[in-house]
Amino acid sequence: MVEKADQIFVTLLHWLVGFLPTGWQHLASVVVCVVVIIAVYPTLFALAVLLERKGLGRMQNRYGPNRVGPFGILQPVADGIKSLTKEDVVPFRADALVHFMAPLVLVVAVFMGFAVLPMGRNMELVDMDASLLFFFAMGASTELSVFMAGWSSRNKYSLLGAMRAIAQMISYEVILLLSSVAVVMITGSLSLVKIVEAQNHYTWGLPHWFVLTPWGLMGFVLFVIASTAETNRSPFDLPEGESEIIAGYFTEYSGFKFALFFLGEYVGMFGIAGFGTTLFLGGWSAPLSVLTWVPSWIWFFGKVLLWICFFIWLRGTLPRLRQDQLMNFAWKFALPLTLLNLIVAALWHFMGAGVVTWLVCFAILAIAYVLMARTGLKRGKIGPRSYRYAE
Amino acid sequence: MSIVFWIFAVITLGGALAAMLLRSLVHSALAVTLSFAGLALMFLELGAQFAGFTQFLVYIGAVAILVVFAILLTRSSEETGSGVFSPTWLRGLVIAAAVFAVLGWSILNSAAALPGTTAEPVASVQQIGQALMGPYVLPLEIVAVLLTSALIGAVIVAMHEKEGAE
Repeated sequence: MVEKADQIFVTLLHWLVGFLPTGWQHLASVVVCVVVIIAVYPTLFALAVLLERKGLGRMQNRYGPNRVGPFGILQPVADGIKSLTKEDVVPFRADALVHFMAPLVLVVAVFMGFAVLPMGRNMELVDMDASLLFFFAMGASTELSVFMAGWSSRNKYSLLGAMRAIAQMISYEVILLLSSVAVVMITGSLSLVKIVEAQNHYTWGLPHWFVLTPWGLMGFVLFVIASTAETNRSPFDLPEGESEIIAGYFTEYSGFKFALFFLGEYVGMFGIAGFGTTLFLGGWSAPLSVLTWVPSWIWFFGKVLLWICFFIWLRGTLPRLRQDQLMNFAWKFALPLTLLNLIVAALWHFMGAGVVTWLVCFAILAIAYVLMARTGLKRGKIGPRSYRYAE
Repeated sequence: MSIVFWIFAVITLGGALAAMLLRSLVHSALAVTLSFAGLALMFLELGAQFAGFTQFLVYIGAVAILVVFAILLTRSSEETGSGVFSPTWLRGLVIAAAVFAVLGWSILNSAAALPGTTAEPVASVQQIGQALMGPYVLPLEIVAVLLTSALIGAVIVAMHEKEGAE
């Protein structure tokens, strides 16, 4: 029974595909999986937008949407109809083809990443040898769409937003990559399925999640920071800072293209949350050994939704960073810590897991963190901005 | 030659051609990106996963972005008024054809020089990693030193400007 609930989607897929002749079965199962992915994540997107608007409303001491349907739960439907029926305005001087392609490139690249995420036991579309690399390769393609959108609009605010976005995404992608390299070093595999398998063991009822090791904890924290920046979420939402540059690179988009950008941003958030869950939070494995009877996909989606809630909470809490703070933080604080984290991961590998190793590794990282934070504060990098050209 | 190969070939060559013939510099950069993507897909079709994904990550994620960034920072994105052919196109054509002929000739001859490579080589990521850390560790280190010195050089170039301003 437990086994059945865990594998219900896999069984369902096999049953569905079983109606077809054998030659078509492989193709059909791929198509069904793709359709399911394309259906599930936009639904989650609608939920997340509602959750965000309601949650932010609560945090800012207001109601949030409450007009459409009971408690405003039909708000996403209304938003969808609105964006579909709105006029699609393209600026007269805009580069029509590039302007049209940009949202498509973003949405396609963002959805491709889900192909390799294990969303439950035996629930991955493709199990590749280098699926981690695949995810990053697809993530890198989104930067290009941001540039295309910002440049083709022929609007200085769009261009500024695109420049900000690209500078930020390139800087934080280094941290994102290097913090996940520690996981690869320990598991010895680039396959996300194997990374989850490596974490799916229990000692004293507790899981072997990487976040519970010193290097994993440091990697996880850096990964969360970098993923917030990579998805342009507050406090790293400079590329679309509403109070400064209207809406950044998608200022000149309206109607359904704007909705596509919105969708791409949120689905990208789900993708990176699922990826981080897979790397550090044990993917679909249960948090306690007594809870392994709960279906694996519930754990995966539960963790992803928790991560999204954390993003929303951050957005309601922190103010926007300045460009110089953003860059200083990435290159002078986060990057050295990531490199140190790699060394600590190597130390962990050679010393073998144990209480002493745990304490030594934790001490190294904690001391480095405190020292770097202290010197960073003392140097006055966080003080008022010094202008080079404006004064 | 499967149909997939021809699709990828058209993408790669079409992108490269468009990069040469388009008037706007940014359009050319985007077309070159398309060509990079076609090449990456070609690698994947040949079963070289690592090379394919690295092509995506490095060429589309970094090189293409660097190119468009450099274009934006240094010159206006307005279209050039004159034609796309440079006055020395004939010389360029001859040189390009000569390079292509030499490369094609050596590739065609290499099949005969290599003994018994009928079986399809399998290169997993693990094998590539072990080769890089084992027999090819010296070239890897030399490349690392080269890149580090380039990085330091870039920082020095950037710092010089700041000192002059003060």
